[in-house]
Amino acid sequence: MKPHRRKKLGIIIFITLGLSAAVGLTLYALKQNINMFFTPTQVAEGEVPDGQHFRIGGMVKDGSIAREEDSLSVNFVTTDFVSEVPIHYVGILPDLFREGQGIVAEGRVDSSGVFQASKVLAKHDENYMSPEVKAALDAAGTGAQGVMPSEGYKPSY
Amino acid sequence: MLPELGHFALILALCLCLLLGTFPLYGAANGNARFMGLARPLVAGIFVFIGLAYVLLTYSFAIDDFSVTYIQQHSNSLLPFRYKLTAVWGGHEGSFLLWTFMLAGWMLAVAIFSRSMPLEFVARVLGVLGLLSVGYLLFMLATSNPFDRIVPLPPADGADLNSALQDFGFIVHPPTLYMGYVGFSVVFAFAMAALLSGRLDAAWARWCRPWANVAWAILTIGIALGSWWAYYELGWGGWWAWDPVENPPLITWLFGTALIHSLAVTEKRGIFKSWTVMLAILAFAGSLLGTFITRSGLLTSVHAFATDPERGVFILAILTLSVGGALLLFALRAPLLRGRFGFGILSREMLLLVNNLILVVSAASVFLGTLFPMVYQALTDDLISIGPPYFNAIFVPLMALLALVLGVGPISRWKKTSGRYLSTQLLWVGVISLGLGVVLPLAITLEFGLGATITIALALWILLSAVRDIKNKVANKKTLSAGLASLPLSYYGMQIAHLGVAIMVVGAALTSVYSTEKSVLLSPGERMSLGGYAFEFVGAKPITGPNFRGMEATLNVYRGDEFLRELHPERRLYLASGTPSTEMAIDAGFWRDLFVTLGEEKGAASWSMTIYVKPFVRWVWLGAIFMCLGGVVAAGDKRYRRALEKHADKKQSVDVPSAGSAEVVPR
Repeated sequence: MKPHRRKKLGIIIFITLGLSAAVGLTLYALKQNINMFFTPTQVAEGEVPDGQHFRIGGMVKDGSIAREEDSLSVNFVTTDFVSEVPIHYVGILPDLFREGQGIVAEGRVDSSGVFQASKVLAKHDENYMSPEVKAALDAAGTGAQGVMPSEGYKPSY
Repeated sequence: MLPELGHFALILALCLCLLLGTFPLYGAANGNARFMGLARPLVAGIFVFIGLAYVLLTYSFAIDDFSVTYIQQHSNSLLPFRYKLTAVWGGHEGSFLLWTFMLAGWMLAVAIFSRSMPLEFVARVLGVLGLLSVGYLLFMLATSNPFDRIVPLPPADGADLNSALQDFGFIVHPPTLYMGYVGFSVVFAFAMAALLSGRLDAAWARWCRPWANVAWAILTIGIALGSWWAYYELGWGGWWAWDPVENPPLITWLFGTALIHSLAVTEKRGIFKSWTVMLAILAFAGSLLGTFITRSGLLTSVHAFATDPERGVFILAILTLSVGGALLLFALRAPLLRGRFGFGILSREMLLLVNNLILVVSAASVFLGTLFPMVYQALTDDLISIGPPYFNAIFVPLMALLALVLGVGPISRWKKTSGRYLSTQLLWVGVISLGLGVVLPLAITLEFGLGATITIALALWILLSAVRDIKNKVANKKTLSAGLASLPLSYYGMQIAHLGVAIMVVGAALTSVYSTEKSVLLSPGERMSLGGYAFEFVGAKPITGPNFRGMEATLNVYRGDEFLRELHPERRLYLASGTPSTEMAIDAGFWRDLFVTLGEEKGAASWSMTIYVKPFVRWVWLGAIFMCLGGVVAAGDKRYRRALEKHADKKQSVDVPSAGSAEVVPR
């Protein structure tokens, strides 16, 4: 093999090895960091493995928000109009959090069946329904109720 | 009447683009100088008509013409005037008009500043851009016409601009980002022109480099502005969220960064040619991907536009046609672009190759994390999301590696560098960087932190190796100033941009290491302390703005016992849309930001709020400013202009009309 060929081969091997390592590590990191999404019905039916960190999406049930007066604790119920899941959160809720609004929460279900949220997301535009929430409502067969305007086109730029 | 005129101008522009996409390209392939000569006038016409459409839409916004659907949806008679003018890009249709207008602007710039490139090449570049504009304009006219009217009964008032957008950031971020994005279309067109003609040599790289640098610089600042805006407007205390819509600009930027480095090798050493072309295609694909993601509604995001499948399919078609066509052309022509393979295992070429590998792998992993949820959903019907931990786990080590290589790259030599040379050059740089990396954080915070140590060591490594390199370069000159004056602008550009990397590394890493935050409930007169500062809640009072009502809180900030300043976070309710929004209060500083967001009122006049102390966060954007400056300075190098003049001379004397594809690059 000519020297420059050998050098070229060396570089190709170097690139291949580097890329394989990168791909392997990437896939590993990906696997470690996937957050599954479940609907309240799926949670109620016990589809979520115990202790798993996941995302839940649904509407905030009317009249369910209970704020503590002297701390940042909030309890509310999220619903897909079939099943309900109580959520507990400590912190400041997003601007658009309110009753009847679609939200996505991230966290775990504790032993008493309450979803302990580490993060609560509401979209930045009230005409816009998060695809996750929409999917949850569709899955529960209640998406067509017109709770949210169906023409949710408004951008946030 | 005026909106119809705008619509008509767009149709005329489309017709001109069709001409631009055919005749100059045909002329270039057949050596027909008259057809090639059409390119520049056509571009001027396209710019005028798209510009006219843009101005008419802006004017209709200014006079509150709510009979236009788009204006009704994105404006309101109470909207402050500056937002009326900029609400043009507040939604899908108008922002796409801005996008197309930006492309027309870049085309005009190419037409003007290409006087000394061969006409054949200019005709090809502009022809490719013309074809691209055809796709954009068809898309706009078929699926998203901003001039559509509400008939028969126009509403009395508009729905208002999304309140989250009513901010200075909205005025500057989208245009800058678009301009950077679209700039990569120009670089893409340069690459396509090179493939079409089969001519990809050092001269081509010299023509291409300033454009790539400027597009990259503008994209850098566009992304930074977006990050800065998100930081002070969205109020979650961070500057980067790995949001699916933040990621495509980053992917484009990473490919673009790889591209400007690869172009350097192509210019100086005549190698990496097909790789450079590939990167130009990838960067362009990244920019289209960004449009696709925002406008197809496939991903969940704060940026997401309409969920309109028709638009998504159309953009996907543009993406497939342009990128697919480019890749096909690449496959057919790349064998012509062979370069000599002659560099050592330890050489600047090799280090730049490593730089490119790291950047491309980072881009690919961001791409994977961004699109994986979508693919997963299509395959399994399950919804998943990929959080910041994934991106941080991949990105942070890769960038650390890149910073390490960055310190060696500029000081190494083309073709072959001996390990001994490098170690004599860099041994002390490494020792000092590492030493200070350990000592500085320890001395200031009295704690050892691995993250802070690595960060500071890497930043100093970049800085000190640059100092060392400059010292080498001026060593032979009589005086320091004579030495400094002899260095070319492109060299200064590189060092400024690299310094920007060092600054950004410090900002990004130290902010995440040293930031603290706390959510609290405070009643008037109550105090809390955080990160060496004390925050005293004075009280809240109602306020009224032009199109909103709200509450404004007052906090006194103390450093130790010394009064520093007042902070006034707000909560607003926008009247037309009924949207609530929070306005952060920020005390910005070179070393640290203090940052308060207001929550809600609870019980007797007490308010919930989140307080952040964020050291070094400004450095992130300061770094981006340096990078942008570096890109612009490098683009202004005499070499690029001189090369053009030289070529012009040559053209007058020896150049004969070339028959196009016959020029084969020397192997």
